[in-house]
Amino acid sequence: MDTYADLVACEDVLLFVNAAITGTGQREFHGTGHEQRFSLDFLHRYVHGNYPDIYPAILALDINDHNAALIIRNVLRAPGAGSGDGRLIAWRLGRMSPPRVYRLFGELRRDGVNNRRTRAIMRDWLAGRRDLAFDAVKYRSAVKAAVRHAHLPLEGELGDFLFAPRSRTRFETPVLEAWRRAHYDKTALYELPYTVAEGFAARHGIDRKTFLERIAPRLTRLERLRLAESGRAGGVRTGPDLADLAAMPLVRLASYVLALPAATREERRGELTGALRRSAARAAGARAGTWGSVAAVLDDSFSSFGSPVKRRPLAVALACHYLLEALAGDYTGLWLSRRTDPLKVRPSGPTPLGQRIIDALERRPDRLVIVSDGWDNAPPGLAAEVLRVWRRRLDPAGEVGVVHLNPVYDADEFDVRRLSPMVPTAGIRDAEDLPALVELATFAEGRTGLGELRAYLADRVAQR
Amino acid sequence: MIDLTGLETRPAQTWGAVRLVPLVRPEPITDLRLDAKVYGDELSLVSLPDKSHYVAFVPHAFVASWTGDGTPAAAYGTQLGDPRRQVGIRLHRRMARRADKNRLRFLPLHLALEGFLALHFGGPEIAWEEWSHRAITRGLSPRAEEAYTGAEIRGLDDALRVFEIYPGQCGLLLYVADALASAFVVPHPEDYRALHPTLVRDLYGELIWEYALFHPVRDFPAVLDESRVSSIAGLRAEAVRQEREWAGFHDSVMAAGLLGAPDRVEEVYRLGRFRLSRFLPSFERRAENHIGETITDEDGRLAYLKTFRLSEAQTRRGYLLRTLAAHDWSMAGAAAALGCTEAALGVRLAVAGFGYLLRQDVLDGYRKAARRTQP
Repeated sequence: MDTYADLVACEDVLLFVNAAITGTGQREFHGTGHEQRFSLDFLHRYVHGNYPDIYPAILALDINDHNAALIIRNVLRAPGAGSGDGRLIAWRLGRMSPPRVYRLFGELRRDGVNNRRTRAIMRDWLAGRRDLAFDAVKYRSAVKAAVRHAHLPLEGELGDFLFAPRSRTRFETPVLEAWRRAHYDKTALYELPYTVAEGFAARHGIDRKTFLERIAPRLTRLERLRLAESGRAGGVRTGPDLADLAAMPLVRLASYVLALPAATREERRGELTGALRRSAARAAGARAGTWGSVAAVLDDSFSSFGSPVKRRPLAVALACHYLLEALAGDYTGLWLSRRTDPLKVRPSGPTPLGQRIIDALERRPDRLVIVSDGWDNAPPGLAAEVLRVWRRRLDPAGEVGVVHLNPVYDADEFDVRRLSPMVPTAGIRDAEDLPALVELATFAEGRTGLGELRAYLADRVAQR
Repeated sequence: MIDLTGLETRPAQTWGAVRLVPLVRPEPITDLRLDAKVYGDELSLVSLPDKSHYVAFVPHAFVASWTGDGTPAAAYGTQLGDPRRQVGIRLHRRMARRADKNRLRFLPLHLALEGFLALHFGGPEIAWEEWSHRAITRGLSPRAEEAYTGAEIRGLDDALRVFEIYPGQCGLLLYVADALASAFVVPHPEDYRALHPTLVRDLYGELIWEYALFHPVRDFPAVLDESRVSSIAGLRAEAVRQEREWAGFHDSVMAAGLLGAPDRVEEVYRLGRFRLSRFLPSFERRAENHIGETITDEDGRLAYLKTFRLSEAQTRRGYLLRTLAAHDWSMAGAAAALGCTEAALGVRLAVAGFGYLLRQDVLDGYRKAARRTQP
């Protein structure tokens, strides 16, 4: 039997998980970046203070890198905290992008956190890097700061490269030697990573077109994607090709598609749709086609624009469209604007969620998935009323499973915005997590208690 | 009367103290188009045909383009004026001036405001002995009123930013703490999209400024009656009924004060089959009083509307001026109509800011008499 405190704890933890999946401290459509950061910071302190045993375990869930870094920072900062989560932290750091890890190390340094555990974690992570010399070139100051902060002895020329680069006339490691030669040799800079080479190119006065053409083979996949449009304007083809696109994570790919002008999307329709479908099929994996009939209500109202720094909600909706198409046997996607072509969606118009939910329920699907930021305004609160009346009068047995997925963290409510108490709401960041989220959402429906939640977390931690 | 036929009310969106009610035009008007001309930060000086001058901060003007034969007109495109570093005064001739053949430049809201300021601007028509020399020779000049720009209204900028414009939307009613602050209607949805941000540069009264500080509002959430639903079609019908009820409630209750507002209408300009006019309210106290300007077609249907809600003090001033004028500026006659003594009326005039119209010795006498009767 759960006590009242257990219920509160369960609710707090779920709320925190939702926040940690969606919140990134960046500006959203309805809230400023400052509000978001302030609200998230409070939530982290609250959960860390009240549930110190659960707090690090949340790293095992699919929370975003921003919150993972915050958790690691808070855990390492707390003096004499539990020692069991070192392995989990190391595992999570391994999944983050290197710049983010270096930023975290920098923050730890600024906070003056230099306990033995922190040093060990930094040492292990740096030791696990595939090519530290490459890192030393690409993230020079960050590596230098981390090495210095963790008191790491560096053998051989890497130490000299970071702390006394002029003490050697030659480096044995090719990338370090290329860096040295790039100072005076124009051809050497093409052996360096793009971000570093760009600086040298500017110094040597190499024009952009030549530079892009010759650096193209050194570009990472994301850099290729980022430079595709500006490169094309300059007449340089830096990619990406279909294989590149299909290998992208689904939401990232959807963001790329949405950033293209409508005419280009039309022109490259076959290529883009193909890439989206292939990426979705990969994300669905073995679950493809197993979900029965699925209807989705997808939000493309003006608020799904997000903000100039974070144009995510619409991209998540578009990604969910393709993923659900792959998961379902029989799929209908209903956009709020009543557009039917998913490749041409753009954020505009009001949010008549209630009407579209009725349209979706009319088809009596096995599952109904609603992807929306929850600002139901045409008219306000109709979606909640429709879902309530549906559950009470038309489907009391709950044959249609309804789930609301929300990509936006609401700073005022310390949670994602809910549509109705009758329907579980989960935060979503990457469409790939969708199946796991639907699983997690059952905790929010109150059928399971804190005991099960702890067991679930312990299970996830053990899997990592 | 303002006729909102052809415009449909859609559910409101709220943010802080601001409630925004969109108006959608299923069939847009295509032969009249509006666009904005943005001016800089300097004061504007408008010379009026009667050789008086109107000085105000005018952030932007509207340009109306129309065609004579009902074929679609093109909006000229919003242009940003050159930002000018030095402080200057922008000179305009007339409130509404033809910019070109079939194009008219007018200063939104200032057209209406000037109508309000010019109300009985000439001063006393009969030189009763109570009126000062200045009132007889120069009238009410200079006459001034103050208002807040939208940027000063707390939360209005955010409310307009997060507002989700409807497809086909041609108008907006702006409520602050459920007091109608302003109504804005344009002929075509594309004009609305372009002019939506100009609402934050418009004028709002003191009442609105204060309400926005202290009185947040909440959504009217939809409520469905579950006992009337037995099928999905019933659910849909119930949702539609709910929406219709809101529109009915809004038009008959929330916007009632605006629709009946125009008391005196003055035609300013003819644009083909349209006419630009401005209106003044009845100045009834303790009620909503809106001044505004409209463009209507030959059937009286609304193509353009912009209103300003007078604050209590402004209403009082309008009321006093109108009562005085109705009694040929006779203090005795006006006092009798208002049901008070002459002295009390004199003090009221002084409190309303018209003390300079009365001779100083007469005003002192009124004040003395009022003091004697009060305790």
